[in-house]
Amino acid sequence: MLLMIDRVQKSYPGGRPVLRDVSLSLDQGQTLALTGESGSGKSTLLNLAAALDSFDGGEITLDGTTLSPLDDAGRAELRRQSVSLVFQQFNLIPSLTVAQNLSFHARLAGREDADWTGQLADRLGLSDLLARFPESLSGGQQQRVAIGRAMAARPKLLLADEPTGNLDETASANVLDLMLALVADTGAALLLVTHSREIARRLDQHAHLAGGHIT
Amino acid sequence: MTGAVIQALLSHWRRHKLQLVTMLIGIALATGLWSAVQAINAEARASYQRANDQLALGLHDELRNPSGPIPIARYVDLRRSGWQVAAILEGPLRLNGRTVQVMGVDMVAYPALPAVTQIEQSETPPDPAEILTAPGRLLVSPKLAEVLRAQDSLPPILQSDAVPPDLILTDIGVAEVLLEKPGQISRLLVLPDQPRGIPRLADIAPELERIEASSRLDTAQLTDSFHLNLTAFGLLSFAVGLFIVHGTVGLAFAQRRAMVRTLRALGVSMRRLVWMIMAELTLLALVGGTLGLILGFFLAGALLPDVAATLRGLYGAPVDGQMNLQPQWVLAGLAMALAGTFLASGQALFRLSRMPLLTGAGLQAWRGSAIGHRTSGLFGLILIAGGFTVGYAFDGLIAGFAMVGGILTGAALILPYLLSLALSAFQRGASGPIAQWVWADMRAQLPGLSLALMALLLALAANIGVGTMVSSFRLTFTGWLDQRLTSELYLTAADNQQGQQIARWLSPQVDAVLPIRSVELAHETGPLFLYGIVDHQTYRDHWPIIASSEGVWDRLHAGEAALINEQLARRANLWPGDALTLREDHTLTIAGVYSDYGNPTGQAIVSMPQLDQIAPGAGNRRFGIRIAPERATDMAQALRDQFDLPRQAVVQQAAMKAQSLAIFEKTFVVTSALNILTLGVAGFAILTSLLTLWTQRLPQIAPVWALGLTRARLAQLELLRSVLLAALTAVLALPLGLVLAWALLAVINVQAFGWRLPMYLFPTDWAYLFALTLLAAFVAAALPALRLLRLPPADLLRVFANER
Repeated sequence: MLLMIDRVQKSYPGGRPVLRDVSLSLDQGQTLALTGESGSGKSTLLNLAAALDSFDGGEITLDGTTLSPLDDAGRAELRRQSVSLVFQQFNLIPSLTVAQNLSFHARLAGREDADWTGQLADRLGLSDLLARFPESLSGGQQQRVAIGRAMAARPKLLLADEPTGNLDETASANVLDLMLALVADTGAALLLVTHSREIARRLDQHAHLAGGHIT
Repeated sequence: MTGAVIQALLSHWRRHKLQLVTMLIGIALATGLWSAVQAINAEARASYQRANDQLALGLHDELRNPSGPIPIARYVDLRRSGWQVAAILEGPLRLNGRTVQVMGVDMVAYPALPAVTQIEQSETPPDPAEILTAPGRLLVSPKLAEVLRAQDSLPPILQSDAVPPDLILTDIGVAEVLLEKPGQISRLLVLPDQPRGIPRLADIAPELERIEASSRLDTAQLTDSFHLNLTAFGLLSFAVGLFIVHGTVGLAFAQRRAMVRTLRALGVSMRRLVWMIMAELTLLALVGGTLGLILGFFLAGALLPDVAATLRGLYGAPVDGQMNLQPQWVLAGLAMALAGTFLASGQALFRLSRMPLLTGAGLQAWRGSAIGHRTSGLFGLILIAGGFTVGYAFDGLIAGFAMVGGILTGAALILPYLLSLALSAFQRGASGPIAQWVWADMRAQLPGLSLALMALLLALAANIGVGTMVSSFRLTFTGWLDQRLTSELYLTAADNQQGQQIARWLSPQVDAVLPIRSVELAHETGPLFLYGIVDHQTYRDHWPIIASSEGVWDRLHAGEAALINEQLARRANLWPGDALTLREDHTLTIAGVYSDYGNPTGQAIVSMPQLDQIAPGAGNRRFGIRIAPERATDMAQALRDQFDLPRQAVVQQAAMKAQSLAIFEKTFVVTSALNILTLGVAGFAILTSLLTLWTQRLPQIAPVWALGLTRARLAQLELLRSVLLAALTAVLALPLGLVLAWALLAVINVQAFGWRLPMYLFPTDWAYLFALTLLAAFVAAALPALRLLRLPPADLLRVFANER
C-alpha cells in the first residue's frame, strides 16, 4: 500500500478535534477524491499525508515509511522524494521563471530529466511561457505550471488541494483532464481534495469527511 | 465619525506593535543624531557669543602694531593727543599643567564689563581700588577659580560667571606681572565718541594699523569649517535614520490600503482620511522627536567635552564643556522630526491619496519594480554628474559638500540597480536549484530591502571615506611631527634674561641651541605669525617643505626670501616666486611652502637677522635643544635643577609628540563616534526592514518548505541572504568610500582647513569594516531567522489554506 492512514487523530490548538480516528488507504496508480464541508478537516488530512504537519494519534505510512517517528529533516526528505503537491493558490515561486519552477522540485529530488520536463511543458501548453514569471500568467496557466512542477519530479503520490478552486469552469475542466492524464501515464496515486461532487465522480474512489470521520 | 475613523486607523498599530516601535526608533535616531550635532554647534557658538559679550569683543575698532607689541609710550602719546583708547594686554599663562588665557584691560578706560558690574553689584563688593592696585584681583569663572585656588602665588580671586571659561580677566597692570610683559600692550581698543579735531593716526602713530571691527575674523568665523563638517555628518546620520522611517511608513501604508478602501466605501472622504493620517504622522513625529531629543541631549553631553577640547586646542576658542538645554534647540529638533517624518512619508501618503477606490490591496506596488530601479539609477547618475560638475565649477566649502552630497545620494540611488544586475549574473551562474532560488529570491526581495541597503551603503562609504581621511591624516601627521619636532628637548625660560643665561650655559654642552622666536603680524588674510630661525642643518634636513624653489635655505639665510606655511599659501594663493609683504616697507620673495597641520593661522619663516629687523625685541624665551638622545633625560633634569625651572618648562621630544598626537586624536573623536553610530543605525535599518518584510516572506518560503526544505535549512538561507546582500553592498561601498576620501582630502580639507593631504590606502581597515558589516547583517537577520526556525508548521500551512 502506498499510503496508509490508520485511525489518525488531530486537534486544533485549543483542543477542538478535527480528525477522529480517520483511516483510509491508497495504492499505486489509484485516485481518490476527498470531499467535505468547509472546516471538515480535508486540507488537514491532506497536510498530514504530505508530512507537512504532525498528528496527535494513530499512524500514517507513506511508501513504507511510518511518519510519526520522523523529525523535521526526515519529513522534508519524504516530501522531496515521494510526494508532490498542488494547491488552490498555485504557490509557485514568484522569483523563478516558469522553466525554473517546472524543474525545481525534480532538481531538489535529484531527478531532473530535461526531456520529461520538456514533454510536460508541451502537454501543459507552457512551451511559449517558459521565460515568463508566474505573476504575468493567468490563473489557469499558473495552475498548469504547478501541475507540471509536481509531475516533473515523478512522484509516487500526488496530493492536490482544491486545484481548480480558483479557476473558471473551462480552465477547471482543462486542468483536471491534464492532471488525471498525467497521473495515469506515470502510475502515480492521486489524493484530491475538492468541494465538487462532479470532480469527485471522475476519480476511482470517493471519501467524505464529516464530523471528523470518514463516511 | 471621526472617532470611528481614528479607532480604525489606530487599530493597525495595535496589531503591528513592532512596526510602531520601529518607526518611533527611526524618527528618534534621525532626530537624536542630528540634534546632538546641532546642540554641540549651538553650545559652542553660544560660548563664542558669550565670550564676545562678556569681553566686549567685536564691537569696536582696534589699533595694532604689525611688528609686535605696542610700547606704552605710544599709548601715552595717543591719550595725550585726545584719542580715546583702552589698552589690552593678553597672552597665555601655564598654570598647573594647564594653559589659560590672561586678558588684562585698562579697567578705567575699558567699556563696562559684565563681570566687573556683577561683582560691583554683589552683596560684598570689593573696594575698586583693590582691583586697580597691587596685588590686584583676578576675575575668573567659578570652575577656573577651583583650579586656581591651590596657586598661592596668584593675586586674590573674584568669582564671576560672566567670565569665559579658561580666561583670567584682570587689570592691565596685574597682567603685565603675570605675563612678564612689563610696559607692553597687545592692542588698543578705539572707544566710541572720539572728540573732534584729534590728530590723524598716521601723524601721531604711523606704525599702528586701525582694524575695523567688521573686518576682523572672530572665533565664530574661524571655527565655521569645523561646525560645517559636524553639520554635514549630522545630516548624513539624519538621512540614514529617515531611511528607516521611509521603509516602515511605506509598508504600513501599503498594509492599510485595504482598510482605506473599506473606509472610503463606507463614506469617509479621501480628503478627511489624508488629514487624519497627517495628524497621526504629526503625533508619531512628536513622540519620536521627543525621544530623539532626549537621546540627542545625552549624546551631545557625552561628546561636548572632546569637542570643547578640540576647539580650544585648534582655535583657542572658549567653549564650556557643559550642555545647557535651550528651548530653541528643542523646537528646532521637533521641527526637524516633523519635517523628516513628512519627507519620508510624503511619497507613500501621495500614493495612498491617489489610490482609486476599487484598486487592490497592492502590497506589490510598495515593493517597487525593475523599471523603478532603472529610473532611480538614471536619476542617481544625473546626481553624481551634477555633484562632480558643481565640485569642479565652483570653489568653496559649500560647493565641496554639494559635490559629496550629489555623489553619495546618486550612488545610493544607483545601488538597487547594480545589486539587481549582480544578483542576475550570480543567478545565471548558479547550478543547483537551491542556489538558483536563493539568488532569484534575493533579487525579488531587493525592492523591500533597498532602502536599508542604501542606508548601509552610505554608512559604509562614510566609514571608509572618513576612516581613510583620518588614517591618511594620522600617517602624514606622524611623519610631519617627526620632521617638525626634531630637537630632543624643548625649553621655555621664565623671561628673556633667563633665556639668554640658559642659552649661554647650554652652548658648550649640547650639539645646538635653536631659538624659537616669533611675533604676530597682521596680514590681509588674518593674523600672521612670523618666526625667525638660525642657520642649522636640522632645518635643512628635516623641515617639511612641500613646494620650493632653487637654493631655498641659502636664499632664506641670505635675507632674500621667506618660507610660508600651506595655509597662508592656499588662502592668499602665494607660491614660490611670489612676493610676501610683511610690512609696508618689507617684502620678501617666497622660496618655499611647508606643511603645518593643526594650525588655523598663517605662518612665515625668515632668517633671525630678518626677524630682528622686522620686529626688534621679539621674545627669546623658547629653544629647541639638539643633543644625543640618550643624554636628553639627564640634561632636562640638569636644566631644571640649575635654573629652578618647573617640570613643564623642559619637555622631551617624545612627550611633545604624544601631546600633539593626543590633540589630534581628540579632534576626530566626534567624527569617529558619529561614524560608528551611523553604521549602527544602518544595521538597525536592515533589522527593521527584515522584520517588516517578515509577513511578506511566508508566502515565498512556504512552497519551498512544502517541496522538501527543512525550516532549519531555510533559516540558514535567510541568514546567508542577508549576509550576501550586505557583502555585495560593502563591495560597492568601497569605491564610493574611496571617492569620498578623495573628496574630503583634496577638496573639503583644503577649503575648510587650508591643507591638502596625500591619500593612503588601508586594506586592513577595510577588511575589519567588511567583517563588521557581515556581522551586523548576520545579527540583523538572526531574529527573523530564529523566528523562522521556531515557526510552527501550522503557520506555514496557513499560506496554503483555501479559506484564508
